Amino acid sequence: MTAPAFLQSADADTSYAPPKTTKGRVEVRGFGLTYDTADGATDAVSSVDLTVEPGEFVSIIGPSGCGKSTLLNALAGFLKPTRGVVTVDGEPITGPSADRGMIFQQYSLFPWKTVRENVEFGLKMKGMGRSERSRAARTLLGLAGLTPFENHYPDRLSGGMKQRVGIVRALATGPRILLLDEPFGALDAQTRLIMQQILTNMWQRLKISVLFVTHDLDEAIFLSDRIYVMTARPGEIKAEIAVPLPRPRLPAMTMSSEFLALRRGLMSLIREESLKAMGGELTADGLQGLAINLEGQDVFRAL
Amino acid sequence: MQTAAISSSRETPPPAARETTAPAAAPSPPRPAPLLRMARRHRGEIRAVLVGALSVAAFVLAWHLLTTYRVNIYVRFMNVPSPADVLESARTAFATATFFQHVAISCRRILYGFLLAAALAVPLGLLMGRFKLLSEIVFPVSEVLRPIPAIAWVPMAIMLWPTNEQSIVFITFLGSFFPILLNTLHGMATVDPVLVRAARCLGATETATFREVYLPATLPQIFTGLTVGMGVAWVSLIAAEMISGQFGIGYFTWEAYSLVQYSDIALGMLAIGVLGLASSWAIRLVGRLLMPWSAR
Repeated sequence: MTAPAFLQSADADTSYAPPKTTKGRVEVRGFGLTYDTADGATDAVSSVDLTVEPGEFVSIIGPSGCGKSTLLNALAGFLKPTRGVVTVDGEPITGPSADRGMIFQQYSLFPWKTVRENVEFGLKMKGMGRSERSRAARTLLGLAGLTPFENHYPDRLSGGMKQRVGIVRALATGPRILLLDEPFGALDAQTRLIMQQILTNMWQRLKISVLFVTHDLDEAIFLSDRIYVMTARPGEIKAEIAVPLPRPRLPAMTMSSEFLALRRGLMSLIREESLKAMGGELTADGLQGLAINLEGQDVFRAL
Repeated sequence: MQTAAISSSRETPPPAARETTAPAAAPSPPRPAPLLRMARRHRGEIRAVLVGALSVAAFVLAWHLLTTYRVNIYVRFMNVPSPADVLESARTAFATATFFQHVAISCRRILYGFLLAAALAVPLGLLMGRFKLLSEIVFPVSEVLRPIPAIAWVPMAIMLWPTNEQSIVFITFLGSFFPILLNTLHGMATVDPVLVRAARCLGATETATFREVYLPATLPQIFTGLTVGMGVAWVSLIAAEMISGQFGIGYFTWEAYSLVQYSDIALGMLAIGVLGLASSWAIRLVGRLLMPWSAR
């Protein structure tokens, strides 16, 4: 990995600049989503209220299967809410749009397009001409330090590099909101830290709203202004926690007492839910193997 | 081993450039001759070619020995022409235009039948993969027709089409149609849904998604279908020509049997083999040109 500071050389070429907006307010009210399965209707998300203010970085954490991805997919426009309303700047979401860029956990670069063609895709869909969009893509790739790879096909890139290109691609169309669904989940710990810094740098420059889904507490604290904690399925908001850490955030902050205090608080919140998500019978005692009292007998006889 | 060879060859500039920049250069440090370096870089390919040539030579040698000694071990090689016989009959066949006419006619039939099949099966497969209703309508019929071998279609084809030529092209078409259709369908079914969602999030419309995601994602499978389809097209064509043809390499082979010109049988067979090989190479070449991302 090179050039951790994304968009560091912004003064190098300013012929392309994504439109700066102060819009991008996400509002979710009474959101619920029910799946029809063979066993009847299953609630994936029961009732969620949340807000992302323009330019705010908000994370959602919760145990696996709590419906956080479902919520994000509804925001992207892939799923219709069964109950409640999801609006962006006051307008209800009717379907996917380039206004809401999305980054997936799985690498989603088009393997048949080069890095530059991938970045150009959204602009092409907007009807931008060939030379214009190529210039725009080159500028963006230059700012992201990806110029040497512009003519590579994605399968020659590392995982971190693929995600970087994915982020640049999503930002190329100048979205108001960026939705990220565990984008760094598949990366190794070192690459993940660098990607987090790249993302924060980028977000601070672009001033767009970000909704970030993760199950990594450190990641959520390091990146966010606010964190929503979701309960086990059917998911709802269990807690909303502000992160008062100053910006810019530096890796050293993860060792600060404030950070660790936040982490402890979040940990206990999420732990209860994770235990619930793993099965109703698993209590804290059960986890430690203290639920059954063997009274000195050996295990086989006890069973 | 191989990577070391590659990196060392990259460091050295091309010999031509060196000579122009320093024409009177002192004797350079020992460096393998260009030919040798090229040999090293392509070590894998060279070995494959050598082994391939050796294997063909061994086959011809076995054929030669079996036929010259007229081996009879349940399988009888008494009447089988030897490689020399076939070479002789090839020499006479190549001297006249008739043999090449047969080849040309077969090639034309393949081209028509195969292209027609590709032009119909690929779009149909793409649409069936996209629209479930269409798939539900077409699939049952195609599943019944698919197992019928092309040879079984010969009588029906003769009844259906006004000329012999058309019925042979029709049979060739049928042979390649189903492999292409099925592979295209399979390719559509395995398109990564994340890529579709990514495209939609970037503002792609339904048609744009089809053109920019579904089609390129399915191309590798389409080309698998085309390669298989081309093979079946030759099988079907030869069968049709043997039964109802007046021209073509299949007819040539069958006629040789009727006229007791045994060496021409082997010549016809070899010609079919070479033509089949050449056509699948052609498809692979087109595939590589259309899919530069999968070229390694």
